[in-house]
Amino acid sequence: MPIHDQSYRRYAGVRTPPGRSWTVIASAGIKAMLAKRKFLGLLIVAWLPFVVRAVQLYLAANFPQMSVISPSPGTFRQFLDQQGVFTFFITIFTGAGLISNDLRANALQIYLSKPVGRLEYVAGKFTVLAFFLLLVTWLPATLLLFVQVVFAGSVAFVAANLYLLPAILIATCVETTVVALVMLALSSLSKSARFVGVMYAGVFFFTAALHGVVQAATRESGFCWMSLRASLQNVGDLIFRVPPRSDTPAWGAALALAATVAASAWILERRVRGVEVVT
Amino acid sequence: MTEPQPAAVITIAGLTVLYGRQRALDGVTASFPPGAVGLLGPNGAGKSTLLKTLLGFLAPRSGAMTVLGFDVATSPAEIRARLGYMPEIDAHIPGMNAVSFVAYCGELAGLPAVDAVQRAHEVLYYVGLGEARYRNVETYSTGMKQRIKLAQALVHDPDLLFLDEPTNGMDPKGREEMLDLIRDLAHRKGMNLILSSHLLPDVEYTCDHVVVLHQAKVAAQGPIAELKGPRGSVYEVRIKGDRDGFRSLLREAGFTAHPGEEDVMRVFVPGEAGAHALFELAARRGVQVRHLRPSLPSLEDVFAQAVGEE
Repeated sequence: MPIHDQSYRRYAGVRTPPGRSWTVIASAGIKAMLAKRKFLGLLIVAWLPFVVRAVQLYLAANFPQMSVISPSPGTFRQFLDQQGVFTFFITIFTGAGLISNDLRANALQIYLSKPVGRLEYVAGKFTVLAFFLLLVTWLPATLLLFVQVVFAGSVAFVAANLYLLPAILIATCVETTVVALVMLALSSLSKSARFVGVMYAGVFFFTAALHGVVQAATRESGFCWMSLRASLQNVGDLIFRVPPRSDTPAWGAALALAATVAASAWILERRVRGVEVVT
Repeated sequence: MTEPQPAAVITIAGLTVLYGRQRALDGVTASFPPGAVGLLGPNGAGKSTLLKTLLGFLAPRSGAMTVLGFDVATSPAEIRARLGYMPEIDAHIPGMNAVSFVAYCGELAGLPAVDAVQRAHEVLYYVGLGEARYRNVETYSTGMKQRIKLAQALVHDPDLLFLDEPTNGMDPKGREEMLDLIRDLAHRKGMNLILSSHLLPDVEYTCDHVVVLHQAKVAAQGPIAELKGPRGSVYEVRIKGDRDGFRSLLREAGFTAHPGEEDVMRVFVPGEAGAHALFELAARRGVQVRHLRPSLPSLEDVFAQAVGEE
């Protein structure tokens, strides 16, 4: 007969009140992604444009003959545009399996049987994707501003373009929100992460192709609201106070993005449930 | 100050759940006392639906429910913080080994990270996965997956455990060990649990109370000993002659008969009628009673009577 039964003990420690489990989901998701070597490689490659731009800022600040490459507000807008390709791949790499893998393993029943609300679950997954997207957009763009100050030895450029700091933040947050919600919505529609990746690429390129066809047929550039990428560019141009690339009014593109966000939220509301009810 | 333990861990009043036009639960009213309660019923009776509704996964059309004194409609997070759920289907967090998975579930339930890892090790040993705890859960056998589902439900030390068909797919030895674990939790560790199963022996072995669901309604509920007790007697009967005709006659007389081993049938005789009534019916039908032995009523008899099976 055992002197002391150690087989199962009651837990007498502290418990976190409900409402913070999204941080657990987010940190677990981020750690899981950082454990993948291929993904780390992608992150490193995504920072190469930052290095190139930093060299550009150094040359412009230290060699008068290189004034042709002096920074302007457009430089930062261009930088974020260039990061678009990395945003695309990181979104697919990180986001495709975020919900679809849980659907495949029936993990939603596990999550939602804990004190984790559906909104918290989505917030946790959203944070994983948003973290990496901001890591390759907002962080390097903001750092470039500081690098410019350091290399130029003056705050004259930043002082003359004070709006750049909030513009970088707002533009990257808008892009991150839209892209992450679209990807999460698509991820909730299938149990196959590969298929979700294909779907995302399809949405991205199909809407761009459709926009291109309509633009070519009508010879008007007022249809950017048809394309996810063009709408993001249009709104980004407005935020950075640079001339827009299309005739579509900014409110039209913003409305298209808002509709995309609303549709994604609706899909997530329908799909993220503890039980799938087929009627 | 400790919170008062409610007289019933779950109360359900007039619960109706619809799947489209299909009534999955139809005006269910039941009370689950502390301890181990079996939720019994044939496939499709509404057992899993009831558990999922109590968890807040399904919205009821009407009715009221409380779990551990909390209203399901207004306090789902408080309930789930004190509840462990072992789903019927294979479920896990992908890409994790057992320790990471169970510790993660502990953190989700509100345990600090260090405590969650410590509890994960303890609970994995308790359910018999101590040696396999660093293996990826996706490589586990069906029996091991059942055990890991129990572990994730236990890691945060819930006050109430929902076990949905916990022995599904397990070999006889594994099933026996799982039932021993459940019995240990309920009777030695003082944990309240609801065991949903269509396997009568599982419920009879582990539970003290039972709620029988049949066709989306409660067919019977109460302590198993009481349900098996004084409302009638059970006989093992073997006859020679028109078996079907005799069973029809038994049915008409309000008796319940269902097949036992070989050609012996178990007949439930309600009230005080006793064996005499059986002989009378046999004589009326013209069949010979070759074997008649009083038997102890089992949960199977209660179930058969409740759902009207033969």
